Amino acid sequence: MPTFSPAPHFIDPVPNPGDEPYFEAAARGVVAIKTCQACGRTHHYPRAICPFCWSADVVWTDAQGTGVIYTFSVTRRGAAAPYCIAYVTLDEGPTLMTQIVDTDLDNVRIGQRVQARFARCENGTMIPVFAPCEPDHAAKGNA
Amino acid sequence: MTIKGKAYIVGAYEHPLRKAPKHSVAQLHAEVAKGAIEDAGLRKEDIDAYFCAGDAPGANAWSMANYLNLNKLRHIDSTDMGGCSYLMHVGHAAQAIAAGKCNVALITLAGRPNSEGVSGTQVRSRGVNLPDAPFEMPYSPVTVNLYAMAAMRHMYEYGTTSEQLAWVKVAASHHAQHNLHAMLRKVVTVQEVLDSPMVSDPLHRLDSCVVSDGGGAIIVARPEIARALGRPRVRIIGAGESTKHQMGGDIDLSYTGAAWSGPHAFEEAGVKPSDIQYASVYDSFTITVLLQLEDLGFCKKGEGGRFVSDGNLISGVGKLPFNTDGGGLCNNHPANRGGMTKVIEAVRQLRGEAHAQVQVPGCTLALATGIGGSIGHRHGAATLIMERE
Repeated sequence: MPTFSPAPHFIDPVPNPGDEPYFEAAARGVVAIKTCQACGRTHHYPRAICPFCWSADVVWTDAQGTGVIYTFSVTRRGAAAPYCIAYVTLDEGPTLMTQIVDTDLDNVRIGQRVQARFARCENGTMIPVFAPCEPDHAAKGNA
Repeated sequence: MTIKGKAYIVGAYEHPLRKAPKHSVAQLHAEVAKGAIEDAGLRKEDIDAYFCAGDAPGANAWSMANYLNLNKLRHIDSTDMGGCSYLMHVGHAAQAIAAGKCNVALITLAGRPNSEGVSGTQVRSRGVNLPDAPFEMPYSPVTVNLYAMAAMRHMYEYGTTSEQLAWVKVAASHHAQHNLHAMLRKVVTVQEVLDSPMVSDPLHRLDSCVVSDGGGAIIVARPEIARALGRPRVRIIGAGESTKHQMGGDIDLSYTGAAWSGPHAFEEAGVKPSDIQYASVYDSFTITVLLQLEDLGFCKKGEGGRFVSDGNLISGVGKLPFNTDGGGLCNNHPANRGGMTKVIEAVRQLRGEAHAQVQVPGCTLALATGIGGSIGHRHGAATLIMERE
């Protein structure tokens, strides 16, 4: 039996001052990351200083929204189950916590290429989630 | 300066209850404090330092100091690093004693998550102003799936299997059968672990620790006091601590902060992993044990699965007896924080007071190590090495 998350539930984030551009970007379908103008490195979660060189010269940049699943777990017990929490490594470098959606969760694999989609939290805030770039085998079998 | 030999664990006490719906949290703290000071053969008036963490009512020291009516405190430490706080407290107490700041330190832990209905699949509320929370909480990270993601990655990188993880639980259950107070005393098989319900891939229910009420307390004292008491002497010879986190987005879940706390403790103690006769290893989940054993150098990175298999952690059977009280996997996990009970069982082993069926013969060198927070995102780690004098 494939496992789909029937009605994904995303808890409202409580942003801190300075986080607004991240969620504004998500509302227009973009994953925003911080890039350091001093050392050139990207980081996540976004900070007011570069976590690598401590330069305050950090700017928001648009990521492509593509990446690879670093790890994941399908949670099968508890109120929100089933759902698939994951870390996705963006092509730009940083790894972010997210959920894998719109696929048979039993077929999620480490190393799978994924593309950002955008989900609505209860209060309307948009957040990035990810789905496989290629349809999974079960979906192919049904097609 | 080193803490090696500057302080001794002279008192230890574990609360016998695993469900205490009629106890207040303060009462549990008080009962373990009383138990530990009596175990040491000291008096309340001797206590001049108090250590507690976030499980203490109010999350700092003043409420319990008030409840216990501790009037002679001249050193206070409410360092909170989750479940490994108490391992850190022992090291900090040794530092304070070595610096001449105090003579007799009391460390307490207690809580009642079992009575309060806490589960590892619940999203726990976090404090305000946390910079990471807006980027994580929407995705429902919970205790079990954060650890499960580390287990999944370990399987991918090193070929670790669910059968290997299950051996950690099997070993704990072999020990717990002898502990009258343990929540789960039934010996289980690898197959029974694999057949238990999947909670969050790849961790089953039996890969997870229990949820229990209760607590524990430790008394640390300076050498002259320890020598004047009639108890077997447990000398603190090494302590290390660290934090590990998400590295700005360069996330690597293949190791824990024990990779830093361990070497610091071993260096201070002047011993090697192969010298250790007994290890208390924080076992929130089976994967927690496997990662720490690798990080501490009991085996190479990636070989933890093979190391824990075939009963290698069972006292009297394997090379490294661990958690002979049954640990968090079978005995208890008071306040969802396992560091205190790790120290207590190591003290029992060094005193020769563990259950006869699990006592390591001639145990003179023991390690206790723990993780607080989650290996899946942010945690503290602490390692303690003790010897029987």
